[in-house]
Amino acid sequence: MKQTSERLMPAFFILGLLVLWEGAVRIFGIPLYVLPSPVQVAETLVQELPVLALHARVTVAEALAGVAISLVLALALGVLMDCFPMIRQGLYPVLVVTQTVPMIVLAPIFIIYMGFGAAPKILTVVLMCFFPVAVSFSDGLSQVDAEYVHLVRSYGAGQWKTYCLVKIPAAVPALLSGLKVAATYSISGAVVGEWIGSQEGLGYYLLRVKNGYMLDKVFACVAVIIFLSLCMNGLIRLYQYLGMPYLRKQR
Amino acid sequence: MMKLEISGLSFSYGERQVLEDISFGVAEGEFVSLLGPSGCGKSTVLKLLTGILSPDRGRILVDGEEIRGLSSHFAYMPQNDLLFPWKTILDNVCLYGRIHGSLEEMRERAREYFPVFGLEGYEDSYPASLSGGMRQRAAFLRTALCSADILLLDEPFGALDVITRGEMQDWLLAMRKELGKTVVLVTHDMDEAIYLSDRILILNTAPAGIHGEISVCETQRDRDWLYGQGELRREIHGRIMGKERKGNAAL
Repeated sequence: MKQTSERLMPAFFILGLLVLWEGAVRIFGIPLYVLPSPVQVAETLVQELPVLALHARVTVAEALAGVAISLVLALALGVLMDCFPMIRQGLYPVLVVTQTVPMIVLAPIFIIYMGFGAAPKILTVVLMCFFPVAVSFSDGLSQVDAEYVHLVRSYGAGQWKTYCLVKIPAAVPALLSGLKVAATYSISGAVVGEWIGSQEGLGYYLLRVKNGYMLDKVFACVAVIIFLSLCMNGLIRLYQYLGMPYLRKQR
Repeated sequence: MMKLEISGLSFSYGERQVLEDISFGVAEGEFVSLLGPSGCGKSTVLKLLTGILSPDRGRILVDGEEIRGLSSHFAYMPQNDLLFPWKTILDNVCLYGRIHGSLEEMRERAREYFPVFGLEGYEDSYPASLSGGMRQRAAFLRTALCSADILLLDEPFGALDVITRGEMQDWLLAMRKELGKTVVLVTHDMDEAIYLSDRILILNTAPAGIHGEISVCETQRDRDWLYGQGELRREIHGRIMGKERKGNAAL
């Protein structure tokens, strides 16, 4: 009983907010170009769905590519940093600094370098996603119980097998929690990249409708972005559930 | 010729000397315990044997040949079961086969042992769903399946409750004959040492040296027999405290 009510709480809360919002827009007669009501947004969403879906496809592709590249880079760099403490000491602070540079400044520079294609958007996603994945994976690797490593070494495993058998699998849960954060950011990262300069994608759509003061469309697009971000997060959770049965609660 | 011979083994962690001039031999098929208080360097002896650590001085000989670094003669079982949570019990016990490329073959062999080790039906379970005693038996099976001829057990039942520990000791006593391997057990539990071993080597506090050895007579070992060993207990206790003369005794 308690569990169901706990699960329903957020839904009730959001529903309450939406009702409040709808009521405020109707009672105070707030015009559409200032704040659309939830019902208006929902109507627009249904109407615009084919167009939004078209743009969403582009954004999702960029986000997935960005996450995939981040993952590969983070895996490689994580193992390198773990193998060679020198690299870790040199690189880790640089990684932290990259996160302090505002993305909105970097995205236009990427366009100057790489043109208006998908590449600068993917790079924006990579820059946003790489950090949480790399840091969580590298921390995961460094926290592996040394006894496990001793055990497989005493069984005759070399460096490479030690990584494959113990270190990487043991760091996977940490990697996944970083990946969950990264996947959730990835859609927003792609949208920022598109916002700066593109002919397609949700960011491009968002910029156009905002310039036209079509706030119902802006909100509809935001709803789609939220939905997609949650889906990306869900995808990682699904992988965790299916791929790592040992993490499920036992009996 | 002794199966295992150790002469003049010394080791220090940085400034701190842990072992000083340790020498002893173990005959083929013999069960020898290293008994001493916590922190006296017992486990370090095993780590030197497995090659995880290398000695400052001294030699380790197996079948008359000197061993340096990792050796396939030894199978090491640490205090914690160190089962990989992400692998099934069957895959966990086959770790040695996985490292040395004979996984399928070892799986076949391991399946035969599951009933003897009280693990039947748990082949595809994950470690988290097993009790402490079962996990320890699985860890022991993993050790026994190594092609090694000398088992090094580092307080294998130290993490278990008293009742389960007793069961595991009875079980190990029964298994000993079946496996027919040479065993070196490290423990701080006097009763465990008396109950399980043919010979007890007493180490006292760091830098540890061997404070004599005690042979345990071969009788029908059971719990009643164990509780009758008051004199042996007093002798061992005296030597650990360093009050008694050095030397060997058989009781």
